[in-house]
Formats: sequence, structure tokens, C-alpha cells
Amino acid sequence: MTVSTCVGRVSKVIYLGAEALIAEGEFLGRSVVFKQRVSKPYRVPELDRAIISRRTISEARILTLLEEVGVRVPKIVFVDPLVGLIVMEKIEGLVLRDALKDLDWEVACRAMVSAGREVGKMHRAGIAHGDVTTSNMILARDGDVYIVDLGLAKHVEDVEDVAVDIHLLIRVLESSHYSAREELFKCFISGYREVVGEEFTREVINKVSEIRLRGRYVEERKVRKTN
Amino acid sequence: MVIVLGVESTAHTFGVGIVSDEPRILADSRFNYIPEKGGIHPREAADNFIKNAPKVLKEALTQANLDIEAVDAVAVALGPGLGPCLRVGATVARALAAYYGKPLVPVNHAVAHIEIGKMLTGARDPLVVYISGGNTVITALHGGRYRVFGETLDIALGNFMDTLVRELGLAPPYVVGGVHALDRCSEGGKFVDLPYVVKGQDTSYSGLLTAALKAYRSGVRVEDICFSAREIAYSSLVEVAERGVAQLGKKEILLVGGVAASKYLVEKFRAMAEYRNLRIYVVPPKYAVDNGVMIAWTGLQLFKKGVSVEPEKAVVRQRWRLDSVDVCW
Repeated sequence: MTVSTCVGRVSKVIYLGAEALIAEGEFLGRSVVFKQRVSKPYRVPELDRAIISRRTISEARILTLLEEVGVRVPKIVFVDPLVGLIVMEKIEGLVLRDALKDLDWEVACRAMVSAGREVGKMHRAGIAHGDVTTSNMILARDGDVYIVDLGLAKHVEDVEDVAVDIHLLIRVLESSHYSAREELFKCFISGYREVVGEEFTREVINKVSEIRLRGRYVEERKVRKTN
Repeated sequence: MVIVLGVESTAHTFGVGIVSDEPRILADSRFNYIPEKGGIHPREAADNFIKNAPKVLKEALTQANLDIEAVDAVAVALGPGLGPCLRVGATVARALAAYYGKPLVPVNHAVAHIEIGKMLTGARDPLVVYISGGNTVITALHGGRYRVFGETLDIALGNFMDTLVRELGLAPPYVVGGVHALDRCSEGGKFVDLPYVVKGQDTSYSGLLTAALKAYRSGVRVEDICFSAREIAYSSLVEVAERGVAQLGKKEILLVGGVAASKYLVEKFRAMAEYRNLRIYVVPPKYAVDNGVMIAWTGLQLFKKGVSVEPEKAVVRQRWRLDSVDVCW
């Protein structure tokens, strides 16, 4: 797999996901991240091309929209839907998942408040991320959090879409940051509430409880059974 | 040696299997209800099960060369499945257990599909893709349960395939010579654009079905519809499975359930497994479809851990979820 560009240079492949290859490098002299959606041998070429170009366009549009409304996301440098390439600004910083493990409490809480604000702004702009995890957040050097990987993002149709984002974040806190999960979530939601307001936050939280009780998530169901 | 007799009757198959630790499969007897037209009519299937149950049971005991007294426990699939069908198997199993004083072991049909697949293929820690007429689930064992990683949001893959070919006037029969009518009618087809739906880790087929039938009514060639609908349906499943593998870090993938008998679908999975360096296991076609052996085998594992249920409490559960079963063996 190669990142198809002749004006830039890939220096390091960071990650091979199910859908795309993520690499660092430079493009027109700038430090960038390349996201190259990869062809799948199990798809017929027509379908493969359609999926890759549609998703590239959708992700690029959403990134642009979010940037316009002031959500901290990487700026797009170049897009080529035909080959499935997005070149974006590189955010200098640490992946929040890793950073949270070493930070002292106050800094960690401040980072989560910032994450809450960014997710709140994104939801207010009508976009649900689809994969809100601490791995998809970058703690920049200035202490603010950037949201990355909008590959599964979509326009919100229902409060459920945004609630799923919050639900997923809770699950990640439970699995990756267990000891401080409740405190970290409190910090997150205070930043979120600041942006979207008390009423909407309450509506979302109620929906999250409903999703948890729907039966897909086993621990909650156990609780329900014993009630 | 522990011997368990298992009864399957969740949908179109009434099956009785008998297994032991070694040799494992002692008997495999089945009756298949094949509707003359349309899909499964639950009550008619159940009526046919009632007529054929004694024959199937006797045949199993004859194959195993055993008297029912030699059986240590009776296992039964109590769900998920069609109510009227499930009740026939449950009644037969409860009667056997009560009359002969045998422990009755409740088995989840979905878990049984997975367990027979593991036993026959030797897969150890796979991401499991369970695909049949009623189920489309991507799952893996974690912390004592099969956790659902992704699933269909509406109809099952097999249901989609059957309904599509039926509405196109190409079935029943749905499967001839091990090839599904959808694979057959796809030959020579060209790709036309139909909706491809993956939502996060879940698939969805009902919108694709509607769009495919709409295209048919507007005059698009049948082979083009078959080909495109199949490509989209299969590809979306492989995509979700690939996400599961990437996220859970699995090195093995196991395909179980009736649709796993589709060679063409398996090819797609193989293509993915190859570049991901996964070992791929596919349950043999004979045990991909519903059978009593898988119920007996799973029942054997449960029985050895002391799981059983009083016959009067062995009620059927049409929507018994895979991830609510404790996998204690």
C-alpha cells in the first residue's frame, strides 16, 4: 500500500485500521497525516470505488463543517476522493488515552473538560462522531483536546445518535480508565454541558441510560434482573 | 462415558443427535420441513415436526445402537427460534426427561452453532460470524460469554437472500446442490448501484431488499440485481467482521450457520483473512445447517458442569439472546 501523492512524502505508517492506513509525513513542506482508505480484495471494483470515494467525501465534508463552526479538528490540506486520500494537518500532542494514564488529576480533568466542550460543539453542529474514544482524541501541547478520525461520523437524525457517542465514551472510560472513570466522566460532562446547555445534556443522559438498558450491554442487564 | 441426546426444532429442521466424549458423534437424524411455496409457516412446520418426531428419534437411537436408558441426559434447544416449532422439540425433550428420569439440559441454539463449529474445526479463540436464516451476529467469547460485537439491525442475511429470490420468482427451492438461488442468479450479472449500509459495527439488509425489488420492478435485469445485492450484502458483512478482528485483535475467524455453506461468501472471507493473516475456519456444510448433534454436543458441555432444568420450568424462549448465556465450560 502506498499513499498516492507526488508532492508529499510518507515517513511513517502509524496505524493500519480496518478501513484505512494512517501515516505521517510531509506535504508541500508541512507536517501532515495521510489517511488512505484501502481497496478491499473482497469487494467488486465498482463497489470498492463507490464506497471509498463516498466515505472520503463524507469525511472531508464533515471535517470542513466542524472546522468552520470552531470544533478542534485537523485542518484538511488535500483531498482526493478517487483514490480515497485525505491529507490533514498533524496535531502535535499525545493520544488522550495514553496521556490520561500519566497526568495528575487536575490536568487530566482539564483535558476531559476540553474533550467535553469539543464533543458538545460537534453535537451542536449536528454531527455525531460514531467512534468517540480517548484514542480518537489528541491532547495538544496547549492543553486543549482535538477530535480526530471522523471516518464514522454522520449527520445527527435523532438524539439517539449523539447519545451513542456519549455511551461509547462511558464504555471506553470503563474499560481503559477504570479507576477514575466516574470522576473523568464528570469532568467531561461539565465541559459538554457548558456548550450544549443543561436541558440537552439531561436529554442525552436519559437516552444513554435507555441505550444501556436495551439489553445489548450485559452488566446493566444483570442489574435490571435483580431489581 | 457420558452420552447426551439433543433435540433441535427451532425453525425448519427437527433433528435428534446423540454424542459422547469419544467418539463424539454417535447419531444424527433429521427431518427437514420444505415448504411447497413461500417461506416457513411456523404452524405447518410444527405440524410436520409432530408427525415426524417419533421416526427421527427412533432413527437416532438405531444409528447409535443405543437404548434410551443408556442416555445420561436430554438436551434441547429452547431458543431462539419460532414458537410453534420450538414447542415441539421442548415437548419431546420434556417427555423423554420426565418419563425416563433423565436430567434435562437447556441449550441456546446460537451457542450450539458456535460450539459445534469449534469442535469440528478446532478453532480456539476465533471471532465468530454466525449467519443463518434468522441470525447475523459477529461475536467472540470474552469473560465467560459470547459478546455481540456487531449484528444486523433488521433482517438476517439468510432471510434477506431467501426473501429476495422468492420475490424475484426464483425460489423455493432456495438451495439446490448446496448453492443458494441468489448465488445462482448472480451469474453473468453486472454491478448496479444499490444501498450499502454499515452502521458502525452493524449491518442492515432491509433497505437493500426494498431497493433491489424496486429496481426489479423498474426493469433492471434480474442477474444484475442478484449480483449487486449479493455483492453488497456479503461485502458489508465481511467489512463488519474485519472491524471486529481489527478491534479485538483476533487471529482466527470462524464461520458458522447455514449461510456459511455459501462458497462464494466464504471466498470473500478468505480474501480478507489472507491479507490480515488470519486462520479461517468454516463449519462443514452438513453441520452448518440446523441439526440435533450441535444441541447434544453443547448439552454435553453444560451437563458436565452440572447445568440442568426441571422439565416444568423448561419453557421456550423465542428471543433468547446469545450474549445472555453463561459459557461455563
